Amino acid sequence: MLPEYLKIELNKTIKSSKLNDVQKKEIEKRIETTYDDSLLIPGEAIGIITAESFGEPSTQMTLNTFHFAGVAEMNVTVGLPRLIEIFDARKQPSTPKMELTLKSKYSKTIEQVREVAIRIKETKIGEVVNEIQMNLPKYRIELSLSRNVLRDLNLKTSDVVEALKKTFKNYEVKEDRWTIYVISKTKEIDLTDIYKLKEKVKNLHIQGLKGITQVLPIKTDEGYVVHCAGSNLKDAIELEEVESSTIKTNNLFEIADVLGIEAARVAIIKEAHGVISDQGLNINIRHIMLLADVMTRQGSLKGVTRTGITGEKESVLAKASFETPIKHLVAASLTGEVDELNSVIENVILNQPVPLGTGLPRLVVKVKK
Amino acid sequence: MVEKFVHKKVKSIVFGMLSPEVIKKMACAKIITPELYDKEGYPVDGGLMDIRLGVIDPGLRCKTCGGKLKECIGHFGYLDFARPIVHVKFIDVILKCLRATCKDCGKLLVDEKKLAKQDEERTVVENERDVNVLRKQVHVFVTGLKSIKKCPHCEAKQLSIKMEKPTTFLENEKRLSPIEVRTRLERISNEDCVVLGLNSQYARPEWGILTILPVPPVTIRPSITLESGERSEDDLTHKLGDIVRINQRLFENLNVGAPEIIVEDLWDLLQYHVTTYIDNSVPQVPPARHRSGQALKTLSERIKSKEGRFRYNLTGKRVNYAARTVISPDSKIELNEVGVPLRVAMEITIPETVSEWNVKRLKKFVESGPKNYPGSNYVVRPDGKKKKITDETQEQLLEELQPGYVVERHLMDGDIVIFNRQPSLHRMSMMAHKVRILPGKSFRLNPSVCNPYNADFDGDEMNLHVPQTVEAMSEAEILMQVQTQIISPKDGLNVIGCHTDSVTGLYLLTTRMEFTKDEAVQILDQIGVYKVERFSKFGEIVKGREIFSAVLPDDFNFVGEDKQKRKVIVNNGVLVEGIVDNAIVGQEKGELIRALCAKYGLDLGIKLLGQLFRLGIEAISRHGFTTSISDTDLPGEVGSKCKEIIYNAERRVSQLIEQYNENQLVSMPGLSEEETMELKIREVLDRARTKIGEVVSSIASEENPTIIMVVSGAKGNILNLAQMAACVGQQSLRGRRIEIGYKDRTLSSFAKKDLMPHARGFIKGGYKDGMDPKSYFMHAMTGRDSLMDTALRTPKSGYLYRRLSSALQDVKLEYDSTVRDGKGNIIQFIYGEDGLDVSKTESGKINVKRIVEEFLEEIKNVA
Repeated sequence: MLPEYLKIELNKTIKSSKLNDVQKKEIEKRIETTYDDSLLIPGEAIGIITAESFGEPSTQMTLNTFHFAGVAEMNVTVGLPRLIEIFDARKQPSTPKMELTLKSKYSKTIEQVREVAIRIKETKIGEVVNEIQMNLPKYRIELSLSRNVLRDLNLKTSDVVEALKKTFKNYEVKEDRWTIYVISKTKEIDLTDIYKLKEKVKNLHIQGLKGITQVLPIKTDEGYVVHCAGSNLKDAIELEEVESSTIKTNNLFEIADVLGIEAARVAIIKEAHGVISDQGLNINIRHIMLLADVMTRQGSLKGVTRTGITGEKESVLAKASFETPIKHLVAASLTGEVDELNSVIENVILNQPVPLGTGLPRLVVKVKK
Repeated sequence: MVEKFVHKKVKSIVFGMLSPEVIKKMACAKIITPELYDKEGYPVDGGLMDIRLGVIDPGLRCKTCGGKLKECIGHFGYLDFARPIVHVKFIDVILKCLRATCKDCGKLLVDEKKLAKQDEERTVVENERDVNVLRKQVHVFVTGLKSIKKCPHCEAKQLSIKMEKPTTFLENEKRLSPIEVRTRLERISNEDCVVLGLNSQYARPEWGILTILPVPPVTIRPSITLESGERSEDDLTHKLGDIVRINQRLFENLNVGAPEIIVEDLWDLLQYHVTTYIDNSVPQVPPARHRSGQALKTLSERIKSKEGRFRYNLTGKRVNYAARTVISPDSKIELNEVGVPLRVAMEITIPETVSEWNVKRLKKFVESGPKNYPGSNYVVRPDGKKKKITDETQEQLLEELQPGYVVERHLMDGDIVIFNRQPSLHRMSMMAHKVRILPGKSFRLNPSVCNPYNADFDGDEMNLHVPQTVEAMSEAEILMQVQTQIISPKDGLNVIGCHTDSVTGLYLLTTRMEFTKDEAVQILDQIGVYKVERFSKFGEIVKGREIFSAVLPDDFNFVGEDKQKRKVIVNNGVLVEGIVDNAIVGQEKGELIRALCAKYGLDLGIKLLGQLFRLGIEAISRHGFTTSISDTDLPGEVGSKCKEIIYNAERRVSQLIEQYNENQLVSMPGLSEEETMELKIREVLDRARTKIGEVVSSIASEENPTIIMVVSGAKGNILNLAQMAACVGQQSLRGRRIEIGYKDRTLSSFAKKDLMPHARGFIKGGYKDGMDPKSYFMHAMTGRDSLMDTALRTPKSGYLYRRLSSALQDVKLEYDSTVRDGKGNIIQFIYGEDGLDVSKTESGKINVKRIVEEFLEEIKNVA
């Protein structure tokens, strides 16, 4: 049976040539034969082949963490470190990055786009003030706002006050032109308290998506794309201005959380493929797909680590021969675990044929005595 | 030596703890004295080297089994502790059990209702058959019990139990002695053990407190006799000696009724020794050391890490019938052959069973003996006795030889062997070759197979393994031979093809070479092509292309593209149009090679490839080929043009710097002004070098050997030539110009804040012109950087590979076309969404277009 895509390709190719039905049948048969001959043989240790296909070229990758592709892009981890990051299934990539395509009605002019971008960027109070003074005798801290920064960020003094009032309910918030006072309601307050208050106020979020540290609008053929350093898919998807179907992020966990495991699988494939082809290497997509499937099979992201895929193996010996053998042996002895020896390394340890390839079929032959 | 092993298959392994009864049962001796040997140097009875525990001295016999050295595998002994000792590896479980049970009645600190609920929940998890999930579930439940203050059964008040690392338990700051701990643990019922996550059949909690210690057989801790005749004991023996000594002292003190404090001290000391005996790297316990200060290698250290039992001995095994030596090239042998030196061939053997039909042949080998080639080294009798063939035994063996005997004969031409080069990163690192016995002392291999092995001949060594059974030999022959590995499963491209000189040779052959008829026939003869009917078609002058065509089969048709995207057409075995270069016959590209293998099968394909390779070599050696410094000579006007390009670039750069200094530079989005300037400078300089490359290539003649290598794709590119001839260009560190060094400058010979190209690592001249010290230094910087990169990358990618392979090792394709792991969990329903084997496709695809075209061609021919 030919897969659908081959049938389509075949029909496309023979469309232009004048062939009668018998000939068409004949050629389809030929392709079918080729396809059948090219199928993977049962028993093939495809997992090992996949591991080899990554392991061998990864020795040729660069270790240079950063690269600056194109005219103006932000730093992203590439090469071997990024590949390791993907396979580890780290909760947070070392350089999270998000691309947001704006809806056309919000991206008519560059000014409009900039304005949206600014609203996306995370702003904390610390960024909009010139200075925060601690005034202990008056039990308060004094924020002197920076007029220029506020204007650049399209913020008003009242926005800052609102935010402060919302979080600091036990404090009185007063504004006086460009200065804001946060006053303690109790008089029992010492220097450390007020210092803590200051730090808290400094880190108070007033605008934008949490985690987005940098924004950069870039014009492409499809319109404006806002490149963000930092990633926050959950909030970005809610944004009015953003085309939610085209958001890109390199944070696999966010994708798994927000969009589900299948999306995460596709993301792994895309990210890994991107890293590999970026390095000028060529690894067939099937290998990446298999690995992505192994990582996502259980419904959540599992890394290729001792706590991830390997740690969840059934066999005690397989786990023990990878890392932390003692821990695994002790745990196994307590529960009286049984190793059924149905995978590879246990049988290697015991000098027995492994259940792969030619070791897989079992024949029972009656021998005449 | 009689082999009396019975071959059985191990079906499963159960893990568990040893109970005191079992330890006693499996022991053959009770150890009572720390002494090892008596005055005569004979092992003391009841000592640690007791000969009931096995023998390590030649001549002695084991008292338990009567076996001699190497026959007796050793037997366990045991040691009674005067006071119970905590096993460090089980402290967590013990603590858990103590906290979860009542201190008085030993029952779990839950009422029946809650217990029933937990039982129910646990059974649900148990049915999923995942130990990890089960463990987690139990853990959550058990840790929830520790805060309960009153026993629901006997109403006894529960005190908080703490653990003081490494091995003491405290109850309300009061120390609990191991005796007390053990009695409490003994009170826990078997049913409660299950709730606590223990399988009471294999692990009772009180077994974690040792009352009796198994003493391992001497065979696992052999002593070494030094040159001086002194004995040096194994680390384990040392440690066991300490344990026995302190244990005896403790016994004595208890018997005479010594004061509590002395007993306590000894007890603690014994605890320390047992702890370090089990694991000498427990945190907060000072490791036991040799007199030299080196830490002892005790039980845990024997198992752990890369040099430990698991990774060193169990998963990596040493083998016989292997050879290793330096490799050297020999393009005259076939790709799937390996040249084996005679010395190796006479050492490694292949067993052949004598039958009626081969008895004559095998007798000849026995007759020749081990000293003549081809001969044999051993004869194995049907009862398994192995006899070495010597001058004395030879005649008798010859007479004896009859069907059923096995002759271990020398390696011979045509035998199948597995050839390997480390690091074995992919399956092409181990391929099967046919033996070709050659004089000399190195393995010989065809340079074409260097690529899959990643081998070169600067001193590389490779390994050779000889399969010893018919199954192994046929598997190697069918599945592992070089021709079966032409196409890589990584990307579906060919890893084997012509390269370097061979490509250049074929390029020269198909572009410009001509021969007389005699020469042409001679060349073809030398590469192993004997097609008389083709020879007869040759005219007086034979073009190189005709010779190339003569190698191809008569019915071969091919359409492809060369490196310059020009068409290459082969029609009925004749190269009609186009030039043969790297894209046609090279590695990872060679379309022609793929087509040959696809059409004529792998065996013929590899033969043709070998012939093409040799043809290239033959051609280049007849043509003569030299690269030299004069290849990079530039005519005067080109040189000045290059200088002009550099001059212009420099001027442009200084303009940019000026703009930057005057703050006139408009920064690009997302970049600071400085970054913008840097970016622009880099652009300018890069463009300059590309331009120089163009200028150089436009001048270089078709006859320039370096250019020929570039054009044919054999080696190098035009930028390399430009670097040699005109301009090395910008040295970059981490994607930037060189910035580091001194404050505000790279080297002290530059002015501060000098941003000009030469101060930031731009090398104006070419390699041929030489470099000034400053340029040389900056060039060395980038060189060092890339060396570091390689050195740091290798272990990282090695670890990634290890993790990947250990995670994916059991993933296989099942007969129902699903991909499953070892447990049988389905990973994919069809591999890669279409079930195709990448190594059987053309870069991962079925080439529908080519099949259709071939078909159309056929129809045309018929019509």
